[in-house]
Amino acid sequence: MSIYLPIAEMSVNLFVLLAMGAAVGFLSGMFGVGGGFLITPLLIFYNIPPSIAVATGANQVIASSISGAIAHFKRGTIDFKLGGMLLLGGVFGSTLGAFVFALLRSLGQLDLFISVLYVGFLGIVGGLMLVESLNTIRRSRGGAPAPLKRSGQHNWIHRLPLKMRFRASKLFVSVIPVLGLGAAIGFLAAIMGVGGGFIMVPALIYLLKVPTNVVIGTSLFQIIFVTAYTTIVHSTANQTVDVVLAFLLMIGGVAGAQYGAKAGQRLRGEQLRALLAALVLAVALRLGFDLFVRPESVYSLAPLGLE
Amino acid sequence: MLRAALCALAILAATAAHAQQEPASAEPLAPLQQSPLPEQIQIGLSTDRISITSDFSGADLTIFGAIENADLLLARQGRYDVVVVLEGPTRPIVVRRKDRVLGMWINTASETFVNVPTSYAVSTTRVYQDITGPDSYRQLSLGPANIYLTPLAADQPATTIEEFRAALRERKLASGLYNERIGGVQFLSQNLFRATLRLAPNVPVGSHRARAFLFRNGVFLDESSATLGIYKAGFEESIHAVAHDYGFLYGLFAVALAVVTGWAGSIVFRRD
Repeated sequence: MSIYLPIAEMSVNLFVLLAMGAAVGFLSGMFGVGGGFLITPLLIFYNIPPSIAVATGANQVIASSISGAIAHFKRGTIDFKLGGMLLLGGVFGSTLGAFVFALLRSLGQLDLFISVLYVGFLGIVGGLMLVESLNTIRRSRGGAPAPLKRSGQHNWIHRLPLKMRFRASKLFVSVIPVLGLGAAIGFLAAIMGVGGGFIMVPALIYLLKVPTNVVIGTSLFQIIFVTAYTTIVHSTANQTVDVVLAFLLMIGGVAGAQYGAKAGQRLRGEQLRALLAALVLAVALRLGFDLFVRPESVYSLAPLGLE
Repeated sequence: MLRAALCALAILAATAAHAQQEPASAEPLAPLQQSPLPEQIQIGLSTDRISITSDFSGADLTIFGAIENADLLLARQGRYDVVVVLEGPTRPIVVRRKDRVLGMWINTASETFVNVPTSYAVSTTRVYQDITGPDSYRQLSLGPANIYLTPLAADQPATTIEEFRAALRERKLASGLYNERIGGVQFLSQNLFRATLRLAPNVPVGSHRARAFLFRNGVFLDESSATLGIYKAGFEESIHAVAHDYGFLYGLFAVALAVVTGWAGSIVFRRD
């Protein structure tokens, strides 16, 4: 059964989109990630124009993050002050991202930029995760215990000025890296259509030393507001949010996430991470492949001023 | 001598007077005395507005037409040819070329054309070269290969502009927005014809112009045109219109939809 996407202006198969949403939802439930970094490349592989895939991906991330955020809110594991500062940075980053997005689009370099960013980020994150999880698996096979992370270690980040106290996180840290991290995530949300959890979570843990129990909740809190802001900015400035497409992905995603979460409980953490890393690397390779293979036609048409 | 001169003057005057009267009297007399009236072509559309739905997957458009004052003998010999064109609204279009940079295919060069018909469907009685010569097509800028495309920046070398012009036509033909149907015009009688034109699934909305060209023995005789509005109707089209006219509100709606869907989903498929 085919359905017409009003913004992408193309007919697509309804069940392919529902299945795509469900598959990504399943994986995001299983691994506890937002899934934006999988949805956007999948949409691009399905011939949705990258500009629409990105803006719609940002919209879809809201739906896939909201139930988790509600759960964390009930448990009280959100640091609102830290989340608010990250969000403040995120609004700046997202606005800048949307501006760069429009500029690149008029220059005809947007598709390239999106692909290069994805290949770069997914390649690095996937590679690091794969190495880390394989090492853990090897070590646990060998019987040696995994080394514990020592808390209370300080690095250069903690020597920056303009310190602020975040009670829920038991942190006393400069706002500069917090705003900077928020801005970087906001920028990526606008250009890549991702929530940015896969960068935010490790950055909060390793750079800012935020306690693990508030990391996920705070990250989800910030992601919801930044992706909501990004959706509105894109729909106002670029008209690239396809609400029909987003809705189909959300339906599939919300359903798939529940089953994914159950499946995830049966697998061990490092095995999950190795699987996710392999998946992330596969997506990066597939996108990279398209960059280097001669296109069907070297010429392309675009209406002036748009796309 | 004088009489002769006067006489000549009178003849001159008479000629002048005759010449002045001629336009008034010529019309009713002409069909009887001179060669028949020039052939004219007429086309008619059953509607000036077509609504297509969102699931439109392409269609054939039929245009009927007639040749007025056709010479029946020539018509019987098949000496008349008709070319019918349906031209979409014109838009400025950027053509980009990818080149290999550091192993990657990257858009490097581009050229903008200011008045590109978004769609262009042609239907003819016969193959192009049997209707008229290439010069004639060029003068009429008739056929996908002859549409005149004006570059925005004229400072580029002519060969570059020609390269991008050819690429634009090739891409448009590949997408089906430009298409040709040789033999798509059929004579139903000696002066009535029917032209079938292809509307691509992604035919642009807006005001389209149907034009019919008449040729006799390879010579262009007449042209006539009619306008046809193509509009999209339905639920998806209203979404498109809202997204473009009220981008901010549309964004708010998209966010609200995501929040409600995510929240409802967490209740329906409760985790705990």
